[in-house]
Amino acid sequence: MADRTDDIRSAVERAQAAGTPLYIRGGDSKRSMLGRDCPAQPLDVAGHCGIVDYQPAELYLTARAGTSLAEIEAALAEQQQTLPCESPQLGTATLGGTLACNLSGPARPWAGSIRDLAMGVQLVNGRGELLRFGGKVIKNVAGYDVTRLQAGALGTLGVITELTVKVLPCPEHSLTLVYEMTAAEALAIMNRRAGESAPLSGACWLADRLYLRLAGAASAVTQTAAAWGGEQHPGEHPVWQDVREMRLPCFDGSEPIWRFSVSSSAPLLADPAPVLIDWCGAQRWVHGKHDREALQAHAAAAGGHVGLFRGGDRSGEVRPPLSRLEQDLQQRLKHSFDPDGLFNPGRLYSWL
Amino acid sequence: MNSPSTTRPAVPRDTLVTELQRCLPADCLVLETETQRPFECDALTIYRDMPLLVALPETVAQVQEILRICHRLDVPVVARGSGTGLTAGSMPHPEGVLLVLSKLDQILEIDPLARTARVQVGVSNLSISAAAARHGLYYAPDPSSQIACSIGGNLASNSGGVHCLKYGLTVHNVLAAEVLTVEGERLTVGSQGLDSPGYDLLALFTGSEGLLGVAVEVTVRLLPTPELARVVLAGFDSVGAAGDAVGAVIAAGIIPAGLEMMDRLAIQAAEDFAGAGYPREAEALLLCELDGTAAEVEDYIGRVQTLFRQAGATSLRVSSDEQERALLWKGRKSAFPAVGRLAPDYYCMDGTIPRSRVSEVLQEIARLSAHYDLPVANVFHAGDGNLHPLILFDAGDPASVRKAEAFGGKILEYSVRVGGCITGEHGVGLEKLRQMPVQFGRGELELFEEIKVAFDPGLTLNPGKGVPILKRCQEYRALPPRHDHG
Repeated sequence: MADRTDDIRSAVERAQAAGTPLYIRGGDSKRSMLGRDCPAQPLDVAGHCGIVDYQPAELYLTARAGTSLAEIEAALAEQQQTLPCESPQLGTATLGGTLACNLSGPARPWAGSIRDLAMGVQLVNGRGELLRFGGKVIKNVAGYDVTRLQAGALGTLGVITELTVKVLPCPEHSLTLVYEMTAAEALAIMNRRAGESAPLSGACWLADRLYLRLAGAASAVTQTAAAWGGEQHPGEHPVWQDVREMRLPCFDGSEPIWRFSVSSSAPLLADPAPVLIDWCGAQRWVHGKHDREALQAHAAAAGGHVGLFRGGDRSGEVRPPLSRLEQDLQQRLKHSFDPDGLFNPGRLYSWL
Repeated sequence: MNSPSTTRPAVPRDTLVTELQRCLPADCLVLETETQRPFECDALTIYRDMPLLVALPETVAQVQEILRICHRLDVPVVARGSGTGLTAGSMPHPEGVLLVLSKLDQILEIDPLARTARVQVGVSNLSISAAAARHGLYYAPDPSSQIACSIGGNLASNSGGVHCLKYGLTVHNVLAAEVLTVEGERLTVGSQGLDSPGYDLLALFTGSEGLLGVAVEVTVRLLPTPELARVVLAGFDSVGAAGDAVGAVIAAGIIPAGLEMMDRLAIQAAEDFAGAGYPREAEALLLCELDGTAAEVEDYIGRVQTLFRQAGATSLRVSSDEQERALLWKGRKSAFPAVGRLAPDYYCMDGTIPRSRVSEVLQEIARLSAHYDLPVANVFHAGDGNLHPLILFDAGDPASVRKAEAFGGKILEYSVRVGGCITGEHGVGLEKLRQMPVQFGRGELELFEEIKVAFDPGLTLNPGKGVPILKRCQEYRALPPRHDHG
C-alpha cells in the first residue's frame, strides 16, 4: 500500500541515463501471453499499490497501478459494485497491467472493455516525467485521449502509475441458459439474440454448447429466460469464470493458441475450427500449429485480425501485421512518449 | 473575438484554385465572398473568419486529392461537417481550405445481424438511427443537434448527449473509421471486431478535432431499441435536494438511460417555449428516463418515484405513453433555444464536475453571475456530471461579449478546481484553448504537441485549435506565426 511514484521515476531516469531498456512488471501474470519475449531489465511496479480513492456514489475508483484486481474487486463487492469488463485476475493481475493488456471477459460486448471504462491515467514517460490525463468524470474531451491509448499498448508508451475507472452496480439477478448445438448454429443465434431488447450479458460457445447469460433487473431476466427457452441455471454458471480466467484445456497445453478478433457475425471458419467462441462471436480461439499467413487472411476476410496469443515462437512476430503506413505512425507515436525506446522494447512488435 | 491570425497567405490563392480546379467539378468550389459567408463560423457565432476558399468534395478520391495538393503547397486544411459545433472548432483558417464533407452523405451498409452501420462522415447522427429502425436497432449517442450534426463531426468531437451514463460517448459506440492522413493516404483505424492491433488509434482519433487526420467513413455499433422507455419528471425546492435525489438513484444501483437537471431560469424558459407542463415554481427539476424490457421499466419507475419522494420532490409526473414522454423531453431538448429567447445571445459552457459537487458549483456560478451582471440558466446532465451553464449576453455589445467570455472562463476553471474538466462533450476548438493550461501542465501539453507533430509535422490540419502549440516548440521548430496560440 505504498506510493512508489518517486522510485519509479528515479528508475526511469537512471535507465534513460544508462541507456538500459526496462521490462515493466506488475503481477507477472501475463508474461507468456499477448506479446513477444522481452529480455530487458525488469522494473517491478507491483509494490506501487493501494486504492487511492473510491466513491461508490460517483461510480469511480482510483488505484495505483500495482493494485491487484482481486483487491479492487473485493472493495467493489462490499458496495455491491463491480468492474463490469470482467478482466481476468489470473491470480496476481494488477490494474495497470490490465489496462496495458486490455483483456476483457465475457461481458465485453455489453459492458465494454477496461479501455472503455478508463477515465484517467497517470504515467511516467520516457523522460521520467509524471503526466496526468483524463480525470474522474466519464465525459472529458479536452486534449487527446491518452488514457485509452494505453489500452493494449503493453506498457510500451510509459509506466502506468495510477488509473481511474468507471464502476457499476452489480446486476441484481443473473442466470444462464444452456443449449446443445453446433458452433455455426450458436453463432447465428447469439447474434440474433443480441439484437433483441433483453438483458444479455454473455454469449459463448464451448464444447457443443451455447451459453447465454442474462443479468440485470430480476423482472427482465426471468421474463427473457421464459421467452428464450433452453436449460436454465440460476445464478452464475461456472463457465463464465472459466472463460474469463482462461481455465480451459485449450489454454493449458504447450500447443499454440490463436485469438481471432472479428466481426461478431462473420461466417465460421471450418478449418481450423474454433475451440471457443466468446464475445457474442467477436472473439474466437483456435488451437494448434497453423500457417500464420493463412490465418491472417481468414481474419481479414472476417473484418478483423488474429494474433498468436500464447505458445509458439515468441521471438518472432506474434501480433497481427501492420501496413508500412501504420508502422510508421505507431513508431512516431511511440517516439513522442518514449523517445529512447526504454519501455518494453519489442514486446508488441519487433520494430517497436 | 476574431481569429488571431492576420498573416498574409503563404501560397497565392490563384495557384491553389488552379490546382483544385483540376480535381474538382466547378460546383464543388466556393470562391466568392458572398457564397462563402455561410461557412465563416460554426454554431459558436462570436468567432468568425473567412477561408481562402471552400471545397465541397463529392468523393473520397476528391478529398484525398485536396489533401495531397494542400500538403504539397503547405496550405492549412480545416475539415467541417454540418457546422453545429459549439467551440469554433471548424471556423475557417484565413490562409486555408475549408474542407466541407457534407456531400459524403451515403449510408453504405447496415448489417442487422452484426448490429453495425458503415456510413460516410457527412451522414447525420439521427439518420443512422432512422435507417436502422426497421431492424429494431439504433445508434445510441444523441447530441442535442442530432437532426443536423454529422457522424464525422461526432467522431471529431467525441460527442455525447443525454444518454451517456448508460450508453457511453462516441468513443464507446464506434468500431472503425477510414481516415485520410495529412498527406492524403488512407488508413483504417479500429476494426469490425472489438479491438485492433497495435496502438488504439481509433481512441486517439476520436475527439481529436480534425488535428490528426480527416475521417471519411465510420463504422458504428448499433443497439437494440429498448422495448419500453418511460420518464419521471420531478420538481424540487432546491438544487441541493435534486442533487441528493440523483445520488440516491445511483446509490440504489439504478443506472437510468438519461438523468437531467435544470435550474429555475432554465425551467421557466423551457416551459414558456415548449409548454410541457414543467413545475414553474420549482428551483430544480429532474428528468429521469428508464429503459429496457417492459417489466424492468415498470419496476424501476416505481423505485425512482419512491427515491424522489424521499428526497423531497415537490411534484412528480410519469410519462404514460410515447407522446407524453416526447413532450416531457421537448422542454429539455429545446432548453437552449428557449433560454436564447431571454436575451440577444447565449454562451453555452461545457465543463464536467463530480455529481456530488453540483450545489457548490451552482452557488459559485450564481455568485459569478451577480459579479459579471449577466444572467445564467443551468442545464445539467446530472447522470454524468456534464454542466451546461447558458450565459445570457449581447453579442452586439463588445463589453458584454468580453464579460461573457471572462465569466465562462471562470466557470471552467472552477470545474477543474472541484475535480472536473473544461469540456465534457463540445471540445476545445478555438474557444477553450486558453483554459487548456488550467487542466493540463506543461508536460501534458508538450506531449499533446508531440502527438500532433507525429501525425501532422507541418501543422496544417486545423491549425490553432484543440491543443495549444507552445512557444518553446515553435521556436525550436521555426513554425510559421499562424500557429501561435501559446
